[in-house]
Amino acid sequence: MKAALDKMRQRVTDAGYIADQALLTSLWLMSELNRPLLLEGNAGVGKTEVGKILADVFDRSLIRLQCYEGLDVNTAVYEWNYQRQLLAIRRQEILHEEGLSEAQLFSETYLMKRPLLQSISEEQPTVLLIDEIDRADEEFEAYLLEVLSDFQISIPELGTIKASSIPLVILTSNGTRELSDALRRRCLYHYIDYPDYDKELRIVLARAPGIGANLAAQIVAFVQNLRQQDLRKVPGVAETLDWTAALLRLDMKSLGDNPDAVVATLGCLLKTREDIDAMPAEVIHGLVAKAS
Amino acid sequence: MKPGTTELQPDRQLIAQLTGFSRFARAQNFNVGIQESVDSQRLAASIDVTNQRQLRIGLKTLMCSSVGDWERFDTVFDAYWKREQPRQNTQASIGGKAPRQSALAEPRQHGDGAMFDIPDANALDAQGASDGNLGHGGASATESINTRNFDQLSNAAELRSMEELAERLARRIRQRLLRRQRIDRRGERVDMRSTARASLRYGGIPMLLSFRRRRRQTPKLVLLLDVSRSMSVYSYLFLRFARGILGAFKGADAFAFHTRLVHIGETMREPGRRKMREKMALISAGWDGGTRIDKSLEAFNRHYARNVLGSRSVVIIVSDGYDTGEPEELCKQLRRIKRRSRRLIWLNPLLGNENYRPSTRCIMAALPLIDIFAPAHNLESLSALEQHLAGI
Repeated sequence: MKAALDKMRQRVTDAGYIADQALLTSLWLMSELNRPLLLEGNAGVGKTEVGKILADVFDRSLIRLQCYEGLDVNTAVYEWNYQRQLLAIRRQEILHEEGLSEAQLFSETYLMKRPLLQSISEEQPTVLLIDEIDRADEEFEAYLLEVLSDFQISIPELGTIKASSIPLVILTSNGTRELSDALRRRCLYHYIDYPDYDKELRIVLARAPGIGANLAAQIVAFVQNLRQQDLRKVPGVAETLDWTAALLRLDMKSLGDNPDAVVATLGCLLKTREDIDAMPAEVIHGLVAKAS
Repeated sequence: MKPGTTELQPDRQLIAQLTGFSRFARAQNFNVGIQESVDSQRLAASIDVTNQRQLRIGLKTLMCSSVGDWERFDTVFDAYWKREQPRQNTQASIGGKAPRQSALAEPRQHGDGAMFDIPDANALDAQGASDGNLGHGGASATESINTRNFDQLSNAAELRSMEELAERLARRIRQRLLRRQRIDRRGERVDMRSTARASLRYGGIPMLLSFRRRRRQTPKLVLLLDVSRSMSVYSYLFLRFARGILGAFKGADAFAFHTRLVHIGETMREPGRRKMREKMALISAGWDGGTRIDKSLEAFNRHYARNVLGSRSVVIIVSDGYDTGEPEELCKQLRRIKRRSRRLIWLNPLLGNENYRPSTRCIMAALPLIDIFAPAHNLESLSALEQHLAGI
């Protein structure tokens, strides 16, 4: 297993993602046990990214299903191509052809595969990323449960479609709603927290290759301190990277050089008016001094 | 599911220890079923079990199913494995989520936010199955507690269990609302009339089908809780109720007010229990003072209403209406809330008292503006809230 884990770490790192031992183990375990993995954590800690990386690591195609309130079977699983069916009927009428039976009309030709169906009917196993499952309705969650346990989908007109390959399934949740026990039970679980200083520094260095070590260290120290403040929306890693990119554009070499630029670019990190109001320039200058 | 890929046949002692740990974890309210036990054996077969860190991480991802689990797993793991040999002391309570009996026996600590140190809601729901149904078709075991007045609870344990029930009830309300709507629903069918209309463009051939679909939506609840001194008996209970509502209803939000308004929605949603308790303790500094409902509502209207309220919003004010402000100002603010929302509900814990007549100037002035003025003195009355929320 150690060899497998090391290999995995290497591939994940090559793909530009810094993962700790725990996450790697979870990923290894899900591929080993063939069970879905439920990732929870605050916004911007890189949950969705894990799905993309996983596709990279296993060299599989990624199929992503973004959940939202009101997501239904027609958008998530399959839909009949009604227009095409109607055209076929009409064509037959005009050309006086014979033999378009109902079975033909409801065959795979007229079936539009949506992410869930597509992911299990691919020849090569895929990675299925079900993003923000907590936004979907309970009904959909229950349906998903059925798909995830049997890996088959029943279509009334067509019968049951069995999976031709079992995808690796990643579910992410922001916790806007409690997920059902059944779904939690079905999945392996991993909670991604905000990275600590060292990890975040490695992330910044990996994602912003041109950056000076000094500036990177200052940025990370600043963001780490900012997270300790009483904020409504705590900045995630994605925000740190945005901000890094912004500072690089401004040709900053050190935060201390130009504290006003820090204040001006704060919109990359703080996304609500309340938070910006709560962080006046003096506080920011203090944090800058602390970070450099 | 295919059998373990690297079948090393782990030794018997390890199997026994793992089984023991599975049982131990189950006793600590982890979701450990047969599947998890089997998978833990497979895990042990394929990793280096002398490496305790790997075993810990592996079992953690296998057995946890929520943030709460995630935070307390290490304690449970250490408690079992540090003793070296399996013990089957299933009564031991470790970590934040204690078994129910001991949770109830713990003294209630006011003020420091300790009331949020609760058994996981999932576990509560599971217990709910055996606890009766809060007055909706359940056995009569909980009947007495359903009709018990909130201010007549005699000891801390009762209060604590009442708070738990209030939170659970909030989740139930949503489930029942959804069930109701699901029965109403006639399915997603082709709307013939509209299809025929659309087919005119194509010479009568129904090229575009129109569908009729009932949008199923739950109301957006906005809770405004009075946490002033006159309400102090009830505040923590309603906070727990609010937490249940926030967990169950999408887009719900909560505010607390005394002399000023505090937005508590985000804090109460905090998934980590420990973190939430810390934040709550910070926020609740200065509660138990006087009340300025009008000022608080004005702050709500000024800063939050635009973002929080919408056509599906139901605003629920929980207060006894003892206010030192001017009734005219209160009415003005209520009118503004009413304009922006679907329904305005005022829950008054005092209404349960037979001798109580709403007589304060504030309440008298506000009454005509309130859609529903209802009691909230026991669980039954909270449960009745469901009726007011149906059909929105």
